[in-house]
Amino acid sequence: MDTLILSRIQFGANISFHILFPTITIALGWVLLFFKLRFSQTGGQRWLEAYRFWVKVFALSFAMGVVSGITMSFQFGTNWPGFMESVGNIAGPLLAYEVMTAFFLEAVFLGIMLFGMSRVPSWLHTLSTFLVAFGTTMSAFWILVLNSWMHTPAGFEMRDGVAFATDWWAIIFNPSMPYRLVHMLLASGLTVAFLLAGLSAFRWLIGDRSNGVRATLKTGMTIGAVLIPLQILAGDFHGLNTLEHQPQKVAAMEGNWDTGPNVPLVLFAIPNEETRSNDFEIAIANGASLILKHSADGVVPGLNDFVTEDGTVQHPPVAPVFFSFRIMVATGMAMLLLSWTAVFFMARKRRGVEGLPKPLLWAMVPMAFSGWVATLAGWYTTEIGRQPWLVQGVLTTEAAVADVPAPMVASTLIVYLAIYAVLLTAYVSVLFYLARKAAKGEPIGPRIPVAPAAQVPVAAE
Amino acid sequence: MTLFGDPAVWLPLAFAALLGASILIYVVLDGFDLGVGVLFPFAEKDEKDRMIASIGPFWDANETWLVLAIGILLVAFPTAHGTILTALYLPVAVMLVGLILRGVSFEFRVKAPAHHKTSWDRAFYVGSMMTSLSQGYMLGMYIMGLEVTAFTLAFSAVTAVFLTVAYSFIGATWLILKTEGALQRKAVAWSKGGIWGVVLGLGAISVASPLVSPRIFDKWFSMPEFFLLLPLPLMSGALIVLLWLALRRLPTRDDSWAWFPFAATIVLFVLGFFGMAYSFYPFIVPDRITIYEAASAPESLFIILIGTLFVLPMILGYTALAYTIFRGKATTLSYD
Repeated sequence: MDTLILSRIQFGANISFHILFPTITIALGWVLLFFKLRFSQTGGQRWLEAYRFWVKVFALSFAMGVVSGITMSFQFGTNWPGFMESVGNIAGPLLAYEVMTAFFLEAVFLGIMLFGMSRVPSWLHTLSTFLVAFGTTMSAFWILVLNSWMHTPAGFEMRDGVAFATDWWAIIFNPSMPYRLVHMLLASGLTVAFLLAGLSAFRWLIGDRSNGVRATLKTGMTIGAVLIPLQILAGDFHGLNTLEHQPQKVAAMEGNWDTGPNVPLVLFAIPNEETRSNDFEIAIANGASLILKHSADGVVPGLNDFVTEDGTVQHPPVAPVFFSFRIMVATGMAMLLLSWTAVFFMARKRRGVEGLPKPLLWAMVPMAFSGWVATLAGWYTTEIGRQPWLVQGVLTTEAAVADVPAPMVASTLIVYLAIYAVLLTAYVSVLFYLARKAAKGEPIGPRIPVAPAAQVPVAAE
Repeated sequence: MTLFGDPAVWLPLAFAALLGASILIYVVLDGFDLGVGVLFPFAEKDEKDRMIASIGPFWDANETWLVLAIGILLVAFPTAHGTILTALYLPVAVMLVGLILRGVSFEFRVKAPAHHKTSWDRAFYVGSMMTSLSQGYMLGMYIMGLEVTAFTLAFSAVTAVFLTVAYSFIGATWLILKTEGALQRKAVAWSKGGIWGVVLGLGAISVASPLVSPRIFDKWFSMPEFFLLLPLPLMSGALIVLLWLALRRLPTRDDSWAWFPFAATIVLFVLGFFGMAYSFYPFIVPDRITIYEAASAPESLFIILIGTLFVLPMILGYTALAYTIFRGKATTLSYD
């Protein structure tokens, strides 16, 4: 394998590992603020219990996100110097604003949020929780501005192969930004909803009947049931936006080779780039035309439009985009089914969590990580769908890669993959370990000793 | 934009100053918490918890200064960023793996099952060592102009060790400030053992830089610069003597002066940093690319600068707030 493909796999691995944790912290920050506010208003112990447990998940996820994010900021330089050399004038300020308005805010107030509960007044602790949540969301905003600009660049001009900003408003509010931002924030909300419900269902199944676990299970499933239809709607709008600006990506998602009217909706197929057609196609007649153009004879662009006369392929690799998209949609459907069924059983005879049948609770446990699956599949769809471009129409991925020897990239890639495998295993098992400990009613964190005499050195958390 | 003359001149200079400030703040702040990690194997089990408690609320924000520094290099001097980072590909990778290991160990060591704690403590130590050593190595390579020869590799190996010892020294002085009792006495002993790293490190860089680069030699050893710069080494020497005298008397009975070694070490780091900055100006890649050649377009730098002028005072403000809230001796650290 050459440097380009190895560097791509390495960056893909880094960013896939990284996004798992911000996806959790962005929404979990707001959920923690909700728990804290409910506790402040009602004094209900269950909200404090919920806060105490989930703040640990937050701290762990946050640390994983920080360290994997630092890795990425360095890889721009070590592996992709062409990116900053060519579009640095645009990407630079956006990244700078992310560091300045988001990273410091979350990092500093996280310290107060985690360890300051007994040191600062309650309002300052609540404010810190708010600022951490706000910081993670700001971070998402800036990075999605940059990512969207790479898909739908605007507000710049090229001089000698270097992009110069002409209109910052157009750069920030570039055509795909609002859709991508909403889609990602909802994805974060769903990931946290199913994680809340999944870990709580696990605690319930092993015998935990605390009010805290009731509160989080109900909160999780309710958030999930509310957000999933919104997400399907947002995804549809995002798809139409993509059709307008990156039709080759939509063509790959649909597995549609020829431009024309009455294009069927391909449910399943194996796209074959050799024959430039689909094998084993199962399709609904006129479906794609109806979804994308809202009429059966709407003309939908096909992949063959994106091959130049000399045979150069200007569209993304079809199969990865095609399958990623289907995995995302299928996961979304499973989320819809599970959350609505759960809400139905909880509402029936107002039985709440007691009303949930056991198989449904068991289904929630593996679905705890369904948000991760859908988010990754969605990102693969959109990012692989941008290939061969790094910045659509401006810079190819190939032109940006560093001239580092392939064996060197291979060696760092192997180390990263090994570390990520270990850390991911450790992360998931610690989540379940904390859940089991909480279910047994053991204090999951050291408490401040009652009498000073009883003070023993206890672990930092 | 013409308020201060040609923006193509003062903007790169302003960003070089910002970059320098971020690196300096990073080296001091993450220096002490990396140093605490380097000292880990010398501590008893319960002391380790206390040591972690002294840096727990701060390490994350400390590390953010590295992200800011690399961010400024990336956005303000894109060509230098690519040149430096591709030249340092492997040490950067080692540092990143180190940062990952130590960052997650903070969390895992207390959240994973108790019998795993020793392993995560070890990961915390290994991560801290990898980070410190690779940063010292990169410092050496940078001073040597990013050339790879047997001599530059040997020199970088030496700076790797010295920087690690210097970090352990500032870490130990931090522990003198933040701990009490037996651990504090230990920290004093560690400081006494580590001060040579600071002396030799500063010495090695001061001797090697002018020898490697005739340009740097001329900047320091021509008249009248030599006399104008003389206070820099003299002050450093005086501070080291004062530090040694203080360490021999610490800890005092009423814990007065516990702040002194940490404060003095910060000043020492600042002096050393100014010496280096003076040597290398105006180059950002030593003797190859100047800050003016590497700078981004003025209009992009300007929009970042506006934001920086608003945001940086706020960052400094709430950083100060956090250090105030968690002032005093580190005892226990809990979520309650």
